[in-house]
Amino acid sequence: MAQEQIEEYLETIYDLETRDGSAKTTAIAKCLKIAPGSVTEVLRSLSDKGLIAYEPYRGATLTCEGKKIAGTIKRKHRLLEVFLTDVLKLNREKVHDEACKMEHTISEDTENALCKMLDAPAHCPHGSPIGPCNKGVGSCAECDGAGKTDMPVAIRDKKIIPITDLRPEQNGHIAFIRGDCKVVQRLSDLGLTLGTKVSILKKTPIDGPVEILVRRTKLAVDHAIADNIFIELPVAGEP
Amino acid sequence: MSGCGECKACQSGKECTIKNADYTIALAGNANVGKSVIFNQLTGVDQIIGNWPGKTVERAEGLLLHKGKRIRVIDLPGIYSFSTYSMEELVSRDFIALEHPDAVINVIDASALERNLFFTIQLLELSPPLMIAVNQIDLAEKKGMTIDTKKLSALLGVPVVPTVAIKGKGIADLTDAITDLMQNHPVPPVLRYGKEVEERIGKISSLLETVTTQYPVRWTAIKLLERDPSIVQMVSEQDRSVVTKAGLLTGEIEAMHGEPVCVVMSAERYQIADRIAAEVLIMRVTGDGPQKKSMTDKLDAVALHPVLGYLAVIAVIGGLLVWTFLIGAQVSALLASFLSQFEQYEPVVTGPLMDILWNGAFTGFVAGVTLVIPYVLPFYILLAVIEDSGYLTRISMMLDRGMHKLGLHGKAIIPLILGYGCNVPAIYSCRIMETPKQKTLAAFLVTLVPCTARTVVILGLVAAFVNIWWALALYAFDILLIIVVGRIAFKAVPGESVGLIMEMPDYHVPSVSVVLKQTWARTKSLVWIVFPAYILGSALIQAFYAVGLLNPVNALLAPITVLWLGLPAVIGITLIFGIVRKELTILTLAVIFGTTNFATIMSPVQLIVLALVSMLYIPCISVILVLASEFGWKKALAISAAEIVMAIAIGGIAFRVLSMWM
Repeated sequence: MAQEQIEEYLETIYDLETRDGSAKTTAIAKCLKIAPGSVTEVLRSLSDKGLIAYEPYRGATLTCEGKKIAGTIKRKHRLLEVFLTDVLKLNREKVHDEACKMEHTISEDTENALCKMLDAPAHCPHGSPIGPCNKGVGSCAECDGAGKTDMPVAIRDKKIIPITDLRPEQNGHIAFIRGDCKVVQRLSDLGLTLGTKVSILKKTPIDGPVEILVRRTKLAVDHAIADNIFIELPVAGEP
Repeated sequence: MSGCGECKACQSGKECTIKNADYTIALAGNANVGKSVIFNQLTGVDQIIGNWPGKTVERAEGLLLHKGKRIRVIDLPGIYSFSTYSMEELVSRDFIALEHPDAVINVIDASALERNLFFTIQLLELSPPLMIAVNQIDLAEKKGMTIDTKKLSALLGVPVVPTVAIKGKGIADLTDAITDLMQNHPVPPVLRYGKEVEERIGKISSLLETVTTQYPVRWTAIKLLERDPSIVQMVSEQDRSVVTKAGLLTGEIEAMHGEPVCVVMSAERYQIADRIAAEVLIMRVTGDGPQKKSMTDKLDAVALHPVLGYLAVIAVIGGLLVWTFLIGAQVSALLASFLSQFEQYEPVVTGPLMDILWNGAFTGFVAGVTLVIPYVLPFYILLAVIEDSGYLTRISMMLDRGMHKLGLHGKAIIPLILGYGCNVPAIYSCRIMETPKQKTLAAFLVTLVPCTARTVVILGLVAAFVNIWWALALYAFDILLIIVVGRIAFKAVPGESVGLIMEMPDYHVPSVSVVLKQTWARTKSLVWIVFPAYILGSALIQAFYAVGLLNPVNALLAPITVLWLGLPAVIGITLIFGIVRKELTILTLAVIFGTTNFATIMSPVQLIVLALVSMLYIPCISVILVLASEFGWKKALAISAAEIVMAIAIGGIAFRVLSMWM
């Protein structure tokens, strides 16, 4: 099976899983405009590769490995959309299809170069969030430094989510803060330094500020700023 | 000590710094740690609140008499760091470094030890004679935290005193420790950072041998490493090569950590703070069961609830306004009848000029007294209670999203609410916003908030002679207008906006001294600016009035007032008077027509249009003065001009639309 096809499937399952909880064969067939029979076949082979967990009738869910690939593709896709809209000034309606084709061919270097040139955008032109890269860096400034000194950067292997996606009873450690230097400075002065344990106390409706608990103090932080604070979740089993 | 020739207090002729002090000490620390309470405990009633020279930052100063010595106590602004270069931070660090206070008391919150120690570490870099007051130690105990203050003192090498300032506990120990510090001037020990950072601080320190500054050498070196703009400039004026070399060392640090140097330094300081906190903090284990919910958690379940939270906001702000006007109207009437015993205070327009001026000045004084005492004062006391209890931060959080529509964030709700009392202190309070753009925008919107004087006009014209619903409709329209104008101004005003980052303190019972101090801090500007403007303005206007400028002015304004706004021609002069005091509009009208029953001289439409125009057309003269002192004359005049045009346009349209209906 071609890499492109695998990626296309993983992406679709990723979307459906986010929407419905799992990806049903019929739903996948509809999205990709393929006969359900051939979908089942591909799902089996993906399951053999360890990329998805598949049970007939209940649908498919991504494994960690599968999620990683799908996440990277999504990131490339949305970065490309920003590039096509903002730099090449293509019509916003068109960029999705273009990006769909390009996302399978660009390398990680290109992805990182795009991210740097576009100043690490937080959202694609259609408003979907662009996830953080999987390099082991703590901030975008570090990425610049890493580029200059050509230091090898470690690959992240833990799950990283924006703090706004934390559930109230969850906690995690700050992995990465994206954004304006002044804002990052202010956050770190108030105790939000890398590696610090944080949790969410309250979220206000319609993307209002979130209340963050850090070092036994509470901070109200604008939703857009909080969206750029990324959290590393503890490995299952850890308290 | 430097004088403070430019501070606001001096305009009223008051002394603005404590004279003949034997010693000077300063209180420093985060916001919400009870610093003001300690300040009040130390200084009692002898307080002077003004501005730092040439800065729009408030300065509080008081006198402590201890063992026959006069000690000047300065309450520095509540800050979290010396690194974001805000005005408050610059003022604080320059005071400590350049004015060499005899003691610096770092007030820290026992419940948030790490974040407070983060600031302590930065204070230590400035190496003043330092001591620490661990405050609210009782609240920390309640949360299951015990702090070993002796160990903390040993680790930091400075005296540490536990206090519960609100109950006066530990204040005696504090004064003793201060006395010790003042007499001995001990230099606190140096805290060492990580190896990479420390090496480079050392290198820069040795480079600084050729440079002379008033700051400590190690501190200057650290600031050079952090690329602090003002220190970089100061050193480069003497020896540019030092700055270049320091810049290279900074580059090494950034390459090593892959982060901006300021973030590296914050992380270094927090590492030390965490380490110290871990050694001195004993947490009582509360068992495996779910932790008991604190009072704050219970209250927040309502205050930050997606539905109940908004209802609470409406109830509290609405209640505050309604209560103020119900009480205010009663007290105001009482005061007016009391003052009328002394002098007749209806405007006098005939007789000798001195009489006219005197009468004008007196009516101005009466107007000030009957507005400030009954309306503004209770309003601000209640607001200060809400603020000190911690609830105001919850309102800010709940309304943050809505404020985004105005290009502001949740904190801007504070100046906007203050504006309903009087625009003058409300504009001063715009200092809490972070960027110049947000400050200007908030101040502009504040001038559109109907203050008590404008409320008197709306109530006196519309509620009294049309009906209460039209008066409320005017208020609703005003809020709508603020939103629309805010959106336009957000696009038009250049500059950057930053989002909300705000500490959420626990709720607590408000302290009387803090509430009164906050109220005074806000109402004092009324005494210096609003009262003189009222008194002088009223006298002048009455003189103009007496020499017969009435008709020419009316004739000149007739095209606008009569043709466009559909109002009687005499309104021209009342609108001019209204620039001095908005509520003068009603007063002059009554004198000119010889009646207070405005329904007999104007139609409901005319009453509504007049109230609408009075509400919007220009900030009063006090507000223009404050805008000019905070933002410069250019912006003050631009805002005034924009509002005149807007009020005339809206008034004319309202006249035409309402005429079709009524």
